[in-house]
Amino acid sequence: MSQDDGATRMVSLPTGERVLPPVPGSGTGLLGQPAPPAEHPPVQGLAVVVGSRPVSAYTELTLEAPDIAEAARPGQFVAFAVGGPTSAMLLRRSIAIAGVGGGRFSVVVSAKAAGSTWLAGLRPGDEVDVVGPLGRPFPLPPPGTPALLVGGGYGAAALVGLGGLLRSRGHEVAAVVGAGDEDRLCSVEDLSAVAAPFVVTTDDGSAGRAGRVTGPVAELVSGAGVVYACGPMPMLAAVAQLATDRGVPSWVAVEESMACGVGVCMTCVLPVVGADGRSRFARSCTDGPVFAGDRVRFADVGTLPPDLLGADAMTLAHTPAGEGETP
Amino acid sequence: MTMLPEVELPSVDMQASLGGVPMVSPVLTASGCASFGRELDPFFDLTSIGAVVTKSVQLRPRSGRATPRMAETPSGMINSIGLQGPGIDGLLADELPWLAERGVRSLVSIAGARTEDFAELAERLRGAPGVLGIEVNISCPNVESRGEVFACNPDASAAVVAAVRAAADPAHPVYAKLTPDVTDIVSVARACADAGANGLSMINTLLGLVIDPDTMRPVLGGVTGGLSGPAIRPVALRCVWQVHAALPNVPILGMGGIRTGLDALQFILAGAGAVSVGTAVFNDPSAPARIHAELADALGERGFGRLADAVGYAHRAPDEGSPGRHR
Repeated sequence: MSQDDGATRMVSLPTGERVLPPVPGSGTGLLGQPAPPAEHPPVQGLAVVVGSRPVSAYTELTLEAPDIAEAARPGQFVAFAVGGPTSAMLLRRSIAIAGVGGGRFSVVVSAKAAGSTWLAGLRPGDEVDVVGPLGRPFPLPPPGTPALLVGGGYGAAALVGLGGLLRSRGHEVAAVVGAGDEDRLCSVEDLSAVAAPFVVTTDDGSAGRAGRVTGPVAELVSGAGVVYACGPMPMLAAVAQLATDRGVPSWVAVEESMACGVGVCMTCVLPVVGADGRSRFARSCTDGPVFAGDRVRFADVGTLPPDLLGADAMTLAHTPAGEGETP
Repeated sequence: MTMLPEVELPSVDMQASLGGVPMVSPVLTASGCASFGRELDPFFDLTSIGAVVTKSVQLRPRSGRATPRMAETPSGMINSIGLQGPGIDGLLADELPWLAERGVRSLVSIAGARTEDFAELAERLRGAPGVLGIEVNISCPNVESRGEVFACNPDASAAVVAAVRAAADPAHPVYAKLTPDVTDIVSVARACADAGANGLSMINTLLGLVIDPDTMRPVLGGVTGGLSGPAIRPVALRCVWQVHAALPNVPILGMGGIRTGLDALQFILAGAGAVSVGTAVFNDPSAPARIHAELADALGERGFGRLADAVGYAHRAPDEGSPGRHR
């Protein structure tokens, strides 16, 4: 942007050397660059449901949509219209792509409210309007880099394609998958097939190790050259912090509520440090959902940090429109 | 009619006008629902619609409000984005050239806290490539001082419109965007027209509120927000009807919950010469192109050879013509 408040202005030193003054949230010293955009633009169309099966507390849907399946890369998502063409639910439901193959893709639906319950109720033969693939995929590490995958709840589904791709490219892959209880674990079979070591945690101890994913992650992160995570925001914050503290770059796929999924509504924003060191409200859909873990200002999500680009313009004095006007 | 053999409908002349400036289609995007257009490029030909109406731009970059910024409501949504945007410099440097290079026309929405801000923005847009006109957003509910929306006061509205008209490129029609949250929208409309507005955009969102039953607090970070979508369509239509009845020579850009060609037809019949498609884009990113086609079919089916002949047709006297067979 051309109108900064000067916080990151380059300073000329007497030696002629130019340095960036240290400011909170500046880009200096960050481990990850912003994830590059996807190669293929999204498409919109009707997809035919070809499979539906319960997977613990969730429903796995498989849909026929060759153009989406062929273009999709791990980390990307699709956005479903729900309730049919006359639906009173206007907003798209954005869900991570869990797997692709043979012109089909799959998603794991967590039926919570009316929209996701409608999606989870789709049966083979049903058609649904889908836009995808959307968002920036997980960047792949240099050859030979050992990777640690961390999934929370149904967020683990977003790592399945990535785990398979990393293995096929010869990377060592370790994985930690966690949830509140056994029923809310996801993609355990798929990820255990590609990852070793593979650790399961549940908060209540109903499966695997009792506790959060952060325990095993702290043990495994030193052996990793890169960390990939998808799950609830507090988990992403904790995992990114563990990785950053040990100098390991991380990529997180965030979950923010989106109205459109395609970048026009500006509802799914969160504070992210850009390539220039300035923090902005970045869109989870088109600037993410994959961000470098140390660029997301997790502690500031849901607030308006004063150093954000354009935050100063939010408090400008407003000239009253008219005397005593109170609509 | 059912006895007639099926014949190919004659094509309808869909040429429309924005305050005298011709457009290839009467369908436009709506401010705040299409960003600056480029995100919709994968979904339909942006040159096939009347214009991309940009998100409201201000003098300086704005971060927008803290999240959550939206909630789904029955047949609609409520939002409190807070006019996040790049500012006029970013618009002129990055967004307008992208549109102009592709032959996409734009109606630039401007917003400000003071009358002088609006005038300066209009001045900066003089001669900008591809700009069809200016929409003056004097009615955004998500401003700092919510009780002081310009469009709630005829005098304040007139002052802004007059300042913009004086500063703007004479080739740019100036449309004032009105709020329905007033006792008498006709008086505000008349004040704007008398102050030199070349047309009126109706309507902006209605101020609304959603409370989360779990947290028992307002859902939006901004507490209140703007309600949009098909839920507000009858209100919007009523506003267009009242203003067209009172000011039949003032061009109207109608908007508020348009989702189908038949919805758009209602606005045309009520007196709008063109329509904006807003929230429907979140549900269906190709909606503007679809609605153009559906509207053309709907006009043809009703015997209209030209869009222009249908504008305000619902206001005709009871003994004037037979409904639906206008020639």
